[in-house]
Amino acid sequence: MTTNGGSTRRLRLHRYRRGDAEPHIEEHDVPADEGTTVLAALRWIQLHRDASLGLRHSCFHASCGTCGVRVNGREHLACVTMLADHEGTIAVDPIANLPVLHDVVVDMQPFFARFPDQHPIVRASEPLAHADAADGIDEHERYEDCIECGLCLSACPIAATDATYLGPAALAYAQRLLEEPRGTDREAILDWADQVNAAWGCHAAFECTEACPSDVRPAQRIMALRRELRRRRARQGREVPEPENGTAGP
Amino acid sequence: MTRGSPHVLIVGGGGTGGALAHDLALRGVRVTLVERGEFTSGTTGRHHGLLHSGARYAVNDAESAVECIEENTLLRRIAPGSFEENDGLFVGVTDEDMAYLPGFLEGCDATGIPTQVLQPAEALRLEPMLSPDLKVAVRVPDATMDAMRMPLRFFATAKANGADLLNWVDVADLELAGGTVSGARVRDLVTGRTTRIGADIVVNATGPWSEQVASMAGVDVPIRPSPGVMLAVRGRLTNMVINRLHASGDGDIVVPQRALSVVGTSSWFVEDPDDLGVPADHVQRMIDEGSILVPAVRHAAFRAAWSAARPLIGSREDADSGRELSRTFKTIDHAVDDGVEGFVTITGGKGTTLRGMAEVCADVVCRKLGIDTPCSTRDTVLLPHTAVYAA
Repeated sequence: MTTNGGSTRRLRLHRYRRGDAEPHIEEHDVPADEGTTVLAALRWIQLHRDASLGLRHSCFHASCGTCGVRVNGREHLACVTMLADHEGTIAVDPIANLPVLHDVVVDMQPFFARFPDQHPIVRASEPLAHADAADGIDEHERYEDCIECGLCLSACPIAATDATYLGPAALAYAQRLLEEPRGTDREAILDWADQVNAAWGCHAAFECTEACPSDVRPAQRIMALRRELRRRRARQGREVPEPENGTAGP
Repeated sequence: MTRGSPHVLIVGGGGTGGALAHDLALRGVRVTLVERGEFTSGTTGRHHGLLHSGARYAVNDAESAVECIEENTLLRRIAPGSFEENDGLFVGVTDEDMAYLPGFLEGCDATGIPTQVLQPAEALRLEPMLSPDLKVAVRVPDATMDAMRMPLRFFATAKANGADLLNWVDVADLELAGGTVSGARVRDLVTGRTTRIGADIVVNATGPWSEQVASMAGVDVPIRPSPGVMLAVRGRLTNMVINRLHASGDGDIVVPQRALSVVGTSSWFVEDPDDLGVPADHVQRMIDEGSILVPAVRHAAFRAAWSAARPLIGSREDADSGRELSRTFKTIDHAVDDGVEGFVTITGGKGTTLRGMAEVCADVVCRKLGIDTPCSTRDTVLLPHTAVYAA
């Protein structure tokens, strides 16, 4: 918590414990200043009001992806979302389209189960302008942008109606594997993606790209994945779905 | 793992607890780990993500330096694909920094840390965003780790080997009778139920919280929670980890990580490792000191500022700020130190040395249990972090 400038903000929390018939709403006033994040406010409640409040967090800087919640209905990482950017009472709810464990914590198991089997997280880094690599380093590397937070899946209107849809994170990840295979089998990834509940399930609403806190642009990647699949189907003499309208996205 | 084998309860789901669960599971011990929040949510997941070469400690803390370079080499082998392996630089910008150089090179040499001295033009060719005022740079085998996903590989592997890893489970109290700890009363935060977990040995692996947990067994652990502030700005300003070539101080490191650059750290003491705060003047110091190394830090877009509590070993009288305390670790068998059986504390250390800490602690635990299976974590390649979420 940053220093308290004397003002408070009201949070409206989703509370749920296994065995409860229904979730319930609970309101708390928390000390806040212009730098107070939603995560800091939730931690304050946990420390000073109710130690049983269920929260996921780890890195506090938008790198681990554990603290995804819905703030006034929209997907955000609690650690980099300022109370000051939201007006009135601030509703904090668990992300959607995953089972709620307790309070604002969801079970991430079905999220990770959607991904392709291979899961490399280190990729080639984009070169810094005018920089050389040191002797012994062929190419600089860095972590993938995707922080596996599930915000894209939460925002996805298809995932809301079809639990079998693999969803934006997994599909964007598959597209990254095609872009930079790192030893993975491209054909196997294309087979995996060429399904109605995979690349063809997306309705190009671009909500995922809007929700992504880490600039993955999942919707654009799904469209790129479809372009590859169309080309492959054409080569194979199979039916090629029409390009959808609005693939350029917002 | 067999039903009849001894049972160890690990309290604390940070890097140390996870690595210990992995080590003990490989030795055939029945393991239960409890963590009150998400795994790595305490100190582990919040660190800046440096895989230490050990060079930071080469001058004043040779023991930590040796631990770091050994574990650095080993972790790359057992956790391939977990690091941004771009090396690091120690950059000198002032005459004082230059005065630190000879001792630094000597210290690295003495502790087995490879170095390569780069002239300013050479360093700027590798890292154009460095201060144009730099006088020298020394290349060392630092790397960047994902502070959550690398440790999660230990959890994932422990789980696959039969360890029972329970998050959202808080220890309400330790069971202490006749000078022996025999288990814990735990509260499941998901169901609200309180139950008992019996154990032959309870290990306190709660880092800066270890004094609080030890007090449940009526013993004292000389730990000082020492938070540091870190700042993340948008953009990879460098590829290599950039350190200041001088004694450990505020804002002496810039760690590129994913699409961010993390500047760390400050150092002070608190009583309660839960209630840290993020002092605004510390954040400003990260900007001021960080931009001495990489001037673009000052104008880069803010992403986050936060605090994490280091578990420093030492009593209140030992140091003023935490910088003077060693970053090595300690296993305490409370039967030997305090006459309390069935209770062991492992604390101190840092992310880079998690496996080594677990090995030493597991040796102590196994000796107490009469198990002579040696440690095999040095040669066991870890499962990917995603396996922790396997059904």
